[in-house]
Amino acid sequence: MNDSIIKTLTVSFLVCLFCSLIVSYAAVNLRDLQNLNKLNDQRIKILKTAAIYSPNESIESQFSRLTPKFVDFSTGDLLDQYGDYDLNTYDPVYFSKQPSHSTPIPSSEDIAIVKNKENIGKIYLLKDSSENLEKVILPIRGYGLWGTLYGYIAIDSDLNTIRGLEFYAHKETPGLGAEVDNPKWKALWDGKSIYKDDQVEIEVIKGKVDPSNKMATYQVDGLSGATLTSRGVTNMLVYWFGESGYKETLKKINYES
Amino acid sequence: MKVKQYKEVLSKPLIEENPITLQILGICSALAVTSNLSVTLVMCVALTSVVSFSNLFISLIRNYIPSSVRIIVQMTIIASLVIVVDELLKAYDYETSKKLSVFVGLIITNCIVMGRAEAFAMKEKPFISFLDGLGNGLGYSVILIAVAVVRELFGAGTLMGYEIFSLVSNGGWYPANNLLLLPPSSFILIGLMIWGIREYKKDQIEPNEFKLSGHATAPDLRKKEANV
Repeated sequence: MNDSIIKTLTVSFLVCLFCSLIVSYAAVNLRDLQNLNKLNDQRIKILKTAAIYSPNESIESQFSRLTPKFVDFSTGDLLDQYGDYDLNTYDPVYFSKQPSHSTPIPSSEDIAIVKNKENIGKIYLLKDSSENLEKVILPIRGYGLWGTLYGYIAIDSDLNTIRGLEFYAHKETPGLGAEVDNPKWKALWDGKSIYKDDQVEIEVIKGKVDPSNKMATYQVDGLSGATLTSRGVTNMLVYWFGESGYKETLKKINYES
Repeated sequence: MKVKQYKEVLSKPLIEENPITLQILGICSALAVTSNLSVTLVMCVALTSVVSFSNLFISLIRNYIPSSVRIIVQMTIIASLVIVVDELLKAYDYETSKKLSVFVGLIITNCIVMGRAEAFAMKEKPFISFLDGLGNGLGYSVILIAVAVVRELFGAGTLMGYEIFSLVSNGGWYPANNLLLLPPSSFILIGLMIWGIREYKKDQIEPNEFKLSGHATAPDLRKKEANV
């Protein structure tokens, strides 16, 4: 009898067991490849932010043009050494979730809802062939509407002009907030300025930027239908370019170069 | 005799008994993933393999499935296959899997897969069930590819990302039809296909479920007023 309770339970149990074995086998065996894909995807985003990505060359060799540096957020210093960690594989986002390597941000300062910030971050410097600084690529993150947006922003060697912005992970609404991935919108950022009299003035405004406005160079068109995502992007820029973010670091880079 | 049956099972769902145009199943992914041909192709391969293998496995154990939990058992098998396909895509075609995002996972709820499992694989032998799944997957693919070709070619001027028509925005002659890149356009295209197929195969036309009766004459207000 197929419909006895014992039979029903046995068949359900066996089907579940068998299926879970197959699923876990696939998940475990493919994890390395998937992680490599994720890493490469993130590297491509960094290269795209720096505007040096070409799909025909190997990611590895293109990525070697960038110099990674540790950033000590408490002093703003750039470091080549941090404990035993390898500069190439260090993942700031991972360490922001480790209580021993991160600091909770007081909610009064946490405008971008980052919650926990790693003590030591990682940024990338792009230098030309004669070792002059061309661009600085900084990781940023902050809360949008549905979740945290993770991205990179590239700034010019004047340490004030934005050259590129890319997000590699977010949960925003497709067609509205997810338009942060729209190439047309991303292109608007090129040439915008961040600081005015040492204050972060860059802002995603509502509607279109009026080019005759004095502040136009500090403003980017808002994403229509995505006010909260636009506000989230502004907040995250204000946070990461502010005192508790990269402000000190950028000043120190300025003195060095 | 058998070979003929196999052929029939494989070829009928392509046009005649197409799951999308006759049974109107699996429409949601047909709307969502057809704006770009290369993404569509991956989706077609994913769905075809899921529906073929779910049919095969369900048919293999069809005599042991208690009828009280049969839907759950089918779902478990289908869901496992979909997860495996999703994992494979993430490992070997990361770009496309990012574009397809949730739609690979949504194959679980694709009515074609459940429909074939329940209607065919629960009754028939494994090999022919596999072929039935393959046929239905291909039938789904035929429609999706046709829709995707029209949408990408006339919506973006490209096919598989290669430029066919040079767009006005790039200094060419073709003004792209942006409507075709939006999901409602595939609704229109599939509607046109159903119309076309039913014109050619008249037996697919369904009888009206009800008839519109003539108007019950409403009282003419003006006349009444005149009477008063």
